[in-house]
Amino acid sequence: MKPAPFEYYRPRTRSEAIELLERHAGEAKVLAGGQSLVPLMNFRLARPGRLVDLGSIGDLAYIREQDDVIRIGAMTRQAEVEDSPLLAARCPLLVEASRWIGHRTIRNRGTIAGSLAHADPSAEYPAALVALDGAVVASGPAGERIVPVRELFISYCMTSLEPMELITEIRVPAVPARTGTAFVELSRRHGDFAIIGVAASVGMDDEGRLRDARIALAGVGPTPIRCSAAERALEGQHPGEKLLAAAAAAAAAAADPGDDLHASADYRRAMVEVFVGRALASALSRIGGS
Amino acid sequence: MGHEITLEVNGVAYTRTVEPRKLLTDFLREDLELVGTHVGCEHGVCGACTVLLDGRSARSCLTFAVQADGTKIVTIEGLAQGRELTRLQQAFWENHGLQCGFCTPGMLITATELLATDPAPTEERIREALAGVLCRCTGYQQIIDAVKAAAAGSP
Repeated sequence: MKPAPFEYYRPRTRSEAIELLERHAGEAKVLAGGQSLVPLMNFRLARPGRLVDLGSIGDLAYIREQDDVIRIGAMTRQAEVEDSPLLAARCPLLVEASRWIGHRTIRNRGTIAGSLAHADPSAEYPAALVALDGAVVASGPAGERIVPVRELFISYCMTSLEPMELITEIRVPAVPARTGTAFVELSRRHGDFAIIGVAASVGMDDEGRLRDARIALAGVGPTPIRCSAAERALEGQHPGEKLLAAAAAAAAAAADPGDDLHASADYRRAMVEVFVGRALASALSRIGGS
Repeated sequence: MGHEITLEVNGVAYTRTVEPRKLLTDFLREDLELVGTHVGCEHGVCGACTVLLDGRSARSCLTFAVQADGTKIVTIEGLAQGRELTRLQQAFWENHGLQCGFCTPGMLITATELLATDPAPTEERIREALAGVLCRCTGYQQIIDAVKAAAAGSP
């Protein structure tokens, strides 16, 4: 199908964009890469009256590091995240998660902030940033505020952003020393929506004990979730097969997925256990020297 | 309300007035009469509408024509120089890389981008790249053979 008619705006600056969102609050939708919004509009599942296209705002695409925090501009394309040497060295989880998003052609257009604002609970970046305790900079008429990603997702495709707010930057801590990360996903075919996805990060101290494990799941509820029980089970322990199995079982026990066409709740829970185990094993194998 | 856009398609500059909701696919096909770009699923899954937008592949069904203002587009019509096929197109011909031809514009544009970034891709990379374009006739094997034949180092 074809999209319903709408008014189109292409602001040149952030403040112009925010002004437009304020003037048309509730009616205007932000257009970033369009790889989720445009299909919804083509199906007429979304019929925004006005679109504010961020494509001509010059200073919204960048990846840089400042004081061990990576800052990523909202309009940075997923393909740019995937190809970034800085992220490969300092935040490899985001690079790995990118490769699971659709296909390269989609990633050429899709943006990191667009994925977060769309808030699909089966999507990769939301789970990865929940695991990494990332944050977004939300810019609105009253200025900027920092929203931790864990407070961003409220429900299925719903965020705590105000209608006149815009994500302008993503902030994520650089990977600490002696820490490994991994993103694994189960989907019918590569490029399909995830049935479940797992983002994991785990550190090790000088005595070989696990520290600061973080595990987040995609596809098991209305928002990405952290597996606190599994994280606690790992803290301070020496790694081993039994420990990983216990953590994976704890993650599955805490997950409360729903049924849908692609997988039953029981199957999803069983796969959480399998894929948390794989993610942890992979993350552990990537812990480098101090 | 119409918006005036200026863009370059296959090396030719065009200025046209478009309705904001007009998809780039329909703009290419209806306004510029470049019907080589095919309309398949209209929600970004099938890949038949893939074009190069500033050198990178993009779904023209997931892009509004107004967003393409100021960009350079290459469609399937822009690959061959006159009657001279590209090495990739010739390889599709020689390896029977198409049957009905509906997916071919998407396959050729996607493989053109792949070979531009990785002139000698592994079979796995070829398969991964082409996974974003659906073909319902060939079973893909001859398409993969064609891309391999066009890759650097092939005779």
